[in-house]
Amino acid sequence: MAAVQDGPKELDAEKETKPEILSDGTSNLLGNTASGTLSSSPLTAAPAGGATKMEDQQTLIAVLQFLKRNKLSESVEILRREAGLGEHQEDSQATDGSGGGKGDGDGGDANSLLSRVSITSAAAPQSMPVKKDQPDVSVVLSAYSQQGDPSLYQVYYSGLKNFIESVLDCHRAELSQLFYPLFVHMYLELVYNNHETKAKAFFDKFSGDQECYYQDDLRILCSLTKKEHLKGNEVLLDFRTSRFVLRISRDSYQLLKRHLQERHNNQIWNIIQEHLYIDIFDGMPRSKSQIDSMSGSLAGEARREVNKAKVFYGLLKEPEIEVPLDDEDDEAENEEGKPKKKKTKKDSLGSKSKKQDPNAPQQNRIPLPELKDSDKLDKIMYMKESTKRIRLGPENLPSICFYTFLNAFQGLTAVDFTDDSSLLAGGFADSTVRVWSVTPKKLRKVKSTAELNVIDKESDDVLERIMDEKTASESKILHGHSGPVYGVSFSPDRNYLLSSSEDGTVRLWSLQTFTCLVGYKGHNYPVWDTQFSPFGYYFVSGGHDRVARLWAMDHYQPLRIFAGHLADVTCTRFHPNSNYVATGSTDRTVRLWDVLNGNCVRILTGHKGPIHSLAFSPNGKFLASGSTDGRVLLWDIGHGLMIGELKGHTDTIYALKFSRDGEILASGSMDNTVRLWDSMKAFDEVETDDFTATTGHIHLPDNSQELLLGMYHSKSTPVTHLHFTRRNLLLAAGTYNSQ
Amino acid sequence: MTEREERRFAEVPRESIKLMAESTGVELSEEVATLLAEDVCYRLREATQNSSQFMRHAKRRKLSVEDFNRALRWSNTETVCGYGAQDALPFRPLKEGELFFVEDREINLVELALATNIPKGCAETMVRVHVSYLDGKGNLEPQGTVPTAVQSLSEDLLKYYQQITRAILGEDPHLMKVKSVSHDLDQLNRLLHMVKSLVQNPYLYLGSYVRSLVSSVMYCILEPLAASINPLNDHWTLRDYAALLLSHIFWTHGDLVSGLYHQILLSLQKVLSDPVRPLCSHYGAVVGLHALGWKAVERVLYPHLPAYWANLQAVLDDYSVSNAQVKADGHKVYGAILVAVERLLKMKALSLTLAAEGGCAGLPGTATGAVGFRENSLGLSPPPEPLSEPPLGIASHLQAGGAGCPWEEWTPVSLPAMYCELYSFFGDSLAVRFSTDPPLGGAPPSGSRQPLEGRKEPASGAPNLENTRKMPQLTASMNISPRQDGSPCMEPQPPSLAATVPGRSLARSSSSSSVSRSRSSSSRPGRSTSQSRDIFPKARFPLPQVGPPAFSFIIGGRQMGRRCQGRRFQTSFTPTPPLTTLPPRAYAHKLPVIGRVSKPVRRWTCSHYSLHLPL
Repeated sequence: MAAVQDGPKELDAEKETKPEILSDGTSNLLGNTASGTLSSSPLTAAPAGGATKMEDQQTLIAVLQFLKRNKLSESVEILRREAGLGEHQEDSQATDGSGGGKGDGDGGDANSLLSRVSITSAAAPQSMPVKKDQPDVSVVLSAYSQQGDPSLYQVYYSGLKNFIESVLDCHRAELSQLFYPLFVHMYLELVYNNHETKAKAFFDKFSGDQECYYQDDLRILCSLTKKEHLKGNEVLLDFRTSRFVLRISRDSYQLLKRHLQERHNNQIWNIIQEHLYIDIFDGMPRSKSQIDSMSGSLAGEARREVNKAKVFYGLLKEPEIEVPLDDEDDEAENEEGKPKKKKTKKDSLGSKSKKQDPNAPQQNRIPLPELKDSDKLDKIMYMKESTKRIRLGPENLPSICFYTFLNAFQGLTAVDFTDDSSLLAGGFADSTVRVWSVTPKKLRKVKSTAELNVIDKESDDVLERIMDEKTASESKILHGHSGPVYGVSFSPDRNYLLSSSEDGTVRLWSLQTFTCLVGYKGHNYPVWDTQFSPFGYYFVSGGHDRVARLWAMDHYQPLRIFAGHLADVTCTRFHPNSNYVATGSTDRTVRLWDVLNGNCVRILTGHKGPIHSLAFSPNGKFLASGSTDGRVLLWDIGHGLMIGELKGHTDTIYALKFSRDGEILASGSMDNTVRLWDSMKAFDEVETDDFTATTGHIHLPDNSQELLLGMYHSKSTPVTHLHFTRRNLLLAAGTYNSQ
Repeated sequence: MTEREERRFAEVPRESIKLMAESTGVELSEEVATLLAEDVCYRLREATQNSSQFMRHAKRRKLSVEDFNRALRWSNTETVCGYGAQDALPFRPLKEGELFFVEDREINLVELALATNIPKGCAETMVRVHVSYLDGKGNLEPQGTVPTAVQSLSEDLLKYYQQITRAILGEDPHLMKVKSVSHDLDQLNRLLHMVKSLVQNPYLYLGSYVRSLVSSVMYCILEPLAASINPLNDHWTLRDYAALLLSHIFWTHGDLVSGLYHQILLSLQKVLSDPVRPLCSHYGAVVGLHALGWKAVERVLYPHLPAYWANLQAVLDDYSVSNAQVKADGHKVYGAILVAVERLLKMKALSLTLAAEGGCAGLPGTATGAVGFRENSLGLSPPPEPLSEPPLGIASHLQAGGAGCPWEEWTPVSLPAMYCELYSFFGDSLAVRFSTDPPLGGAPPSGSRQPLEGRKEPASGAPNLENTRKMPQLTASMNISPRQDGSPCMEPQPPSLAATVPGRSLARSSSSSSVSRSRSSSSRPGRSTSQSRDIFPKARFPLPQVGPPAFSFIIGGRQMGRRCQGRRFQTSFTPTPPLTTLPPRAYAHKLPVIGRVSKPVRRWTCSHYSLHLPL
């Protein structure tokens, strides 16, 4: 096992580490959907069931050997019993059983591995944090152990470099993609095999060749100089657990293959075989700009087949609600108002028409909560408001109201508005959540039980009577978290508030009593973001443990776990039809997950920095994402393609929002500006193109300046949140930064 | 590792590790220390790397100690305590050797614990909303970014600018325009004070900005502010202050903009001659003229007075309830005109006497400046009016005092004529003010003592006995009341001649002595600025330099007393036969009524007091 020569076995050795990462996700997902195939896991795709079993067995044998060597006989017994392995199976491969006496700590590690393996076989859901430090099983870690002459690494690499630089221009851009993953893996191999000085020399010589958007990763990489450092390093883990995906045309690939075979450059060929996934396509090689626009993520580009799944991006049919026209307001504009109302409904929501949107999911694909009377009232209010909505466009820009948080002492971390813009919630670094009423209506608590008993429950104004006037105030403070609050979200009915915090919990607060109702524990690491479904009841959260979770308010355990991101999930958004969830991550990808089966249906690459904001267009067709690199990318969800790049911001974009009709995209950033973009134009221009959907290669027009409709400065106030009121007034929020 | 040619990271040398180990009593071998040092460096880098994500999610740009501690906590490492300060800790180098350390000052806990001043709690976190951009149009002058005029400034100046604008405007960028805050007196006051400090800053060259400053100050003086609608708002003070400021700007920076004086006068005149304007605007115009100096009053207010008087009188004559507010405003205007005119006469007389003494050069700045302006604005000078019946009293004694003076050559209207005409409007109250003010107003120019004496003597023994008999009484009561009992209202009835004469002399001596004392104490520097100060109506706005603050404060109180008592006094003496059969005498009959109205008078006091404080 130690010295692996042939291909399949190498794969095994590597796979032995991978299931740890993926097993949680896969098992959970499989737990939910019996037949669901996780297209995002690059490994389970290839081998059939029988092969998997063989590999599992080999892993088990490796573990058993390790345990035996460390004289953990009880564990050996248990493992053997549980895995149903005969003694002979292991004996046949056993070598010398006397290893160096290791401490009990290792035994613990091995046990944890053991437990995991057993769990995998039982396919039981397990919400252990994925990034748990790797067990120190040398056999398992030996992926890098085989090597050539360390001094030749530079020769190998520069040989490839010379070759790539000498090929035709059209191929060079494509083959240049190889540089970065090869560089990283070769460096790690050197480090792993304790060639510290050689690794350093290698790094110094070739790190300058890498694309500038990999600088952050390179910085982390060059801090790794010892084998010991490799353990528990997250970036390394990402590299080892996922195959770097390259998309190369067949011609270029043939060229590369021929070259490597001629030179007998097995070292590089091995790396390509093991750690890279080359997605070969037929057709014209891509240009440099095409490649650059799509690359940049931690694990390379998304594989094409990943984004082939059908996404029902259409909107759900709105329930039929009879709008009572008793208001004198309505009667006054009865003749005019009514047709207008219908028109706007059709325009804005699309699905309001009788026939079902062909792209919409089944109405009951995801069970949604029944509408309550109060919800219906709210819908009516919404319709009334939308008749007064301002039609925005390039000539008709929205007014902007800025909500400045004063005396927040740098502590504002998250903001949310209710849909009707009546309440404002702020999450703070001092673990508090504060709720403000932005209308003259003050916030009141419900009376205590004793007082409630006295109330005449038959009276008409019972809802008014239950409120305690004495508690009326403009703002309320919610205490409960024990760490900074990184995400807040109002429920659509304004009865609840969610907050996610560094303490690993998501809390549900009642806005009637202003108390905490539930603390959802599941993420054992900081939870970066949370959001309610547009229909309430469900909510999604994502955190440092690299998974996003779907919850229902009345379940203390998550309903779905969306695993696949290679780094923290930084932001989560529900699709307007509540059937999908988009997550942005530090691994610089955006993923779209199907709520029904937990599958990853889209992987969107192209960002060069962690993604901190997401926004769906109101019609559900498009997605906008903003990252630390100051760019906003626009995506077509149906085709899984990037359709626009909005450059202009100079700092992290923390807020993105489409106007109610989707004509304008507003982006707010750390650079103290709000920018408005002509999203209609951006979407239209792409749609008129002959959509290169088959290949997925896009030509992005560099038209950011044309699309930028306005740039609005705040007074040294970073924009933390943006919100369009129902009448299309833009609300922005942020804390004043006095420095 | 010290041999590394390139340092990519901060590194902890093995020597440090050994030292640290020794401090805890552990002896480390060289190898171990090297290994440890390397590992420590790596762990530090890792923790820093991890901490940055906490910073990003807290939506900050600055990595805080707290972020680092969080990263440590999540990697099961003990956190570092004691560095969680909000402010950045300065990292200081030690001169000897390459040593850097964080300054750690000792805090006296006892002192802190026993301190009497309890530290204030943090201000409540709050949300403030403001419309930043209307229909996306606000972009023309973006919030937070600076107007074009400021864009060319250097970094430091830009910061300064931001500090100032923040201090003045608070969080609201829309205060930039005075008009938008015309409902908020406090804001206007603040703006005016800002203008004042701008003007007074000797290191600031205002250049063409003077014009814009003037225009905004003029706005405060003249416009019917929204705040004026509410009678409770003390917009009068604002106007007074703005007028004062206007003159200050003008006298210190008037040379920067040519024709500024002319422009100001023109606009003031326009307002004054516009009967449609509300009384508060008129008041502003009068006050503004007054602040600009007696020359301005003579040139603009005086010729307009006959026309304007009719309007004012109409207002004052209306006794209907609905008119009460307007009438109160009218009284304000009346008072302002009175003060202005009084100043005009006094200064005119003064200039005459100065000229008579051949001390034309006594106040070169003022005199030449005034002359120059007059020449510029000849068109504004009133045409000489024929004197209907020159009253003998003051004119004669002035003529006597300044015998053979060439004043006729450079004044379009003779002083007696002017007095005569003014007297026809104001009646005795004018006389009262005219004669009483010089001793009270304090700080007459050094050369004026003699004419003052000279004027006093003929006043007491003047041909017009009616006049003289009234005037001493007035002066006396005025001087005594604040000095001796502090309340001008204590003597509502006119004191008898016998009683007041000693009182008068006593008061006179005391007040004059105090004046002279204060003058001597103020000495040189005070004099050097007199050019502009003389223009100020001293009696109404005594500058703090003139005397000790207590003194000027009393003047304020007395001012009010004098005015109201003067009128009241007039009441009891109405039957006194007038000088002759001047037609405007009829106006004077109305004056008692004015005097009895208590409300505006009361407000006067307020305005005066409040005016003093900012100065």
